[in-house]
Amino acid sequence: MSKVEAFRQHHFEDVEQQHEASWLGMWVFLATEVMFFGGMFACYFVYRHWYLQAFASASNHLNLWLGAINTAVLICSSFTMALAVHSAETNRRKPLITYLLLTTVLGLVFLGIKLFEYYSKFEEHLVPGSSFRFEESLARPAEIFFSFYFAMTGMHAVHMIIGIGLLTALIFQARRGRFSAFYHTPVELTGLYWHFVDIVWIFLFPLLYLLGRHV
Amino acid sequence: MNAKPLVSVRIYVLVFFTLLVLTAVTTAIAFVDLGGGINNAAAISIAVCKALLVILYFMHVRYSDKLTWVFAAAGFFWLLILIGGTMDDVLTRPSLSPGTASAPTQANPR
Repeated sequence: MSKVEAFRQHHFEDVEQQHEASWLGMWVFLATEVMFFGGMFACYFVYRHWYLQAFASASNHLNLWLGAINTAVLICSSFTMALAVHSAETNRRKPLITYLLLTTVLGLVFLGIKLFEYYSKFEEHLVPGSSFRFEESLARPAEIFFSFYFAMTGMHAVHMIIGIGLLTALIFQARRGRFSAFYHTPVELTGLYWHFVDIVWIFLFPLLYLLGRHV
Repeated sequence: MNAKPLVSVRIYVLVFFTLLVLTAVTTAIAFVDLGGGINNAAAISIAVCKALLVILYFMHVRYSDKLTWVFAAAGFFWLLILIGGTMDDVLTRPSLSPGTASAPTQANPR
């Protein structure tokens, strides 16, 4: 049995078919994720259209710089993830582990900055609920804006946490030498997931932080 | 499964810097008032460009077979139906807006 064949599950004809099934399966999952986030995006557009003034005013309470820095952090993490997949493809274990670690650390930096932003919102009474304070005439719809803000960035953060869990598992497996140029499907698919989460943020950043600045 | 890498490191680096530059540009544009419509159009189109770069290069779609293209495009096609179909209703029927008839008003007391 060749080295490649050792990774084939019995219900697949060959390793190419096995890989294609995993790869396409991941894309189907990502399509469902697009729809999942898409529902929230669609609702956001509807309410933004209805309460344009309040959404603009509320959006200006977000810290544009922290949003931009977090966008850059996530792009860096996508870059290191791409390099991790590249390292696996070229059969280099040490760089693979290093890039997976870097991606994890950048993911944690993103979550740290996000946590600080959430903390500031609590301090500024901008968290929807009984302690929400906002300019009287716009208070209700501004509260809706912040509900979207926390729901969308919160759901994105949950995806980041899951991604960091996956990366941690990959690091342990990579240390045990599970991946090679012949077999690294888990690294490749986790990469797809990580890039997808990056794309969600690429849209959340303009929607929540930028659109409100000039109406 | 590929014995040789699909994308060279050089391309990854190029895409990476393009993404960072686009992030800087979209942030800078937020500080200049070009008229709301143009500002928003710029922010959204830059986001679409960035997403396309990530999908095509980081996610290898550019180098993948047609079936992957179909799978990747399907999600976004249905997203377009979801958002387009919703918005064409919301934008063209003012009676849906809050503030008319039974809908809640903006200045609803808490």
